[in-house]
Amino acid sequence: MFDIEKIRADFPILNEPIRGKKLVYLDNAASTQKPQVVIDAEKYFYEHQYANIHRGVHYLSQIGTDLYEGVRKQIQLFINAKHEYEIIYTKGTTNAINLVAYTFGRKFINKGDEIVITEMEHHSNIVPWQILCEEKKCILKVIPMQEDGSILLEDARKIITPKTKLVSTFYVSNALGTINPVKELIRIAHENDAKILLDAAQAIQHYPIDVQELDVDFLVFSGHKIYGPTGTGILYAKEQLLNQMPPYEGGGDMIKTVSFEKTVYNDLPFKFEAGTPNIAGCIALGTAIKYVQDLGIKNIMKYEAELFKYATKKLKAIEGLKIYGTSKNKSCVISFLLEGIHPYDVGVILDNSGIAIRTGHHCAQPVMDHYHIPGTCRASFAFYNTKEEVDVLVTSILKAKKMLS
Amino acid sequence: METKSINELQDEIVEDFSMYDDWNDKYEYLIEFGKTLPKLDEEYKTDENRIHGCQSRVWLNAQMIDGKVIFEADSDAIITKGIVGLLVSVLSGHTPKEIAESDLYFIGKIGLQEHLSPTRANGLLSMIKKMKTYGIAFQAK
Repeated sequence: MFDIEKIRADFPILNEPIRGKKLVYLDNAASTQKPQVVIDAEKYFYEHQYANIHRGVHYLSQIGTDLYEGVRKQIQLFINAKHEYEIIYTKGTTNAINLVAYTFGRKFINKGDEIVITEMEHHSNIVPWQILCEEKKCILKVIPMQEDGSILLEDARKIITPKTKLVSTFYVSNALGTINPVKELIRIAHENDAKILLDAAQAIQHYPIDVQELDVDFLVFSGHKIYGPTGTGILYAKEQLLNQMPPYEGGGDMIKTVSFEKTVYNDLPFKFEAGTPNIAGCIALGTAIKYVQDLGIKNIMKYEAELFKYATKKLKAIEGLKIYGTSKNKSCVISFLLEGIHPYDVGVILDNSGIAIRTGHHCAQPVMDHYHIPGTCRASFAFYNTKEEVDVLVTSILKAKKMLS
Repeated sequence: METKSINELQDEIVEDFSMYDDWNDKYEYLIEFGKTLPKLDEEYKTDENRIHGCQSRVWLNAQMIDGKVIFEADSDAIITKGIVGLLVSVLSGHTPKEIAESDLYFIGKIGLQEHLSPTRANGLLSMIKKMKTYGIAFQAK
């Protein structure tokens, strides 16, 4: 049973009056709000258990290490990785993709090799590859998007070839909500002996993910989009790949021994975790994931699917409103425009009604270029949103339309 | 004809806005004001005249006529156009020195200061900087 009132009560910010109005938070694709237990977990750690982790013989350091490593184990189980040490802590999705570009990319992708992405990637899954291509003279290939915001598998089959070294693409598009056919893409990549990275930043909070079942090579996500703290993120990669990859940053914790003649790198996962990490954040990320697990990701899916269906139907019914991204397989994102009205104007009017949406290009400028639009208004949903909030959104969009036309 | 000073113009706007205590009315005013403003000629919508850092596109054109700076501005977002229109109505037609030395207090007084936040992504702050830069540059000429 999905007790929405109880769930909403877990998120203190949802009761925060915004501009004298009740907050309607529909910017969840940018970041999700935090339940009290997550906020408390970070606070509790600093108040009662804080010290630097690893190598400390003292009591607090050991407690911190146990908690921090316990979350790694928890995340391993959450995404069903084979080994705990295949879970690398990062600062977030962007950081994780850059790590792969810098290590795997620099070592295994060479002149003339190809990297394949889609037209709908977030900038964080475009720019790291462009930087790599500039340096290594490799080639970035783009699977085009269709009008409905999806890709065609036949295009993917043409573009992913034996020249492809890596396919890097989204699970769910942040700008349009499209769900990529990830299983097929993974299969196509592997048939061509290419590795594949899945950007699960917009999927991990909505769908169950099993990296072994997917047989994906790399999977990345951010903690702050799954109700955890900012500055936390995960890179999952298969053990074999992690062992072959050179380290990312050099420093403390990532070494076994250091001398001026020869430094020996540490074992996995520490080889990729130089310096003091975001200890408190990672511990609270564990609390956030537990919160999601306690609600049940399948229950979340069911609730969100119904809410999304309702919101799509209601928004579609607004005259002059056009939804961008109309693929059959869509997640909790609705990108839209009101005819003849700039998205920024709509955002300002909704903001004054206490509604938080995002306007602009959503870090996916190629998508906006494809549609020849300056940007969109994006409402994105989480399990704490309600049909009543959708109704408030609709009323406010109608009001904005009236004021701005 | 005696032109009004920058501060007199600012005070007029502040007085206009003092009639509204509701954000709704303020934005209605801005939107209506934005709609009445002439469109900038396409030839002036150049990259050079573009104010960057805006979610909407904003252009500012400046010319020096008889010792006065004449500003024209446009935006494809109507609220932004209303706000830049207010800035133009306050600063246009004044001497470079007056513009460079102006203190634009009206924005805060009419409760639109949040639009001046550098993180607001509407580029208003860059717009003001650019207008003042014109003031300084034309003085030097």
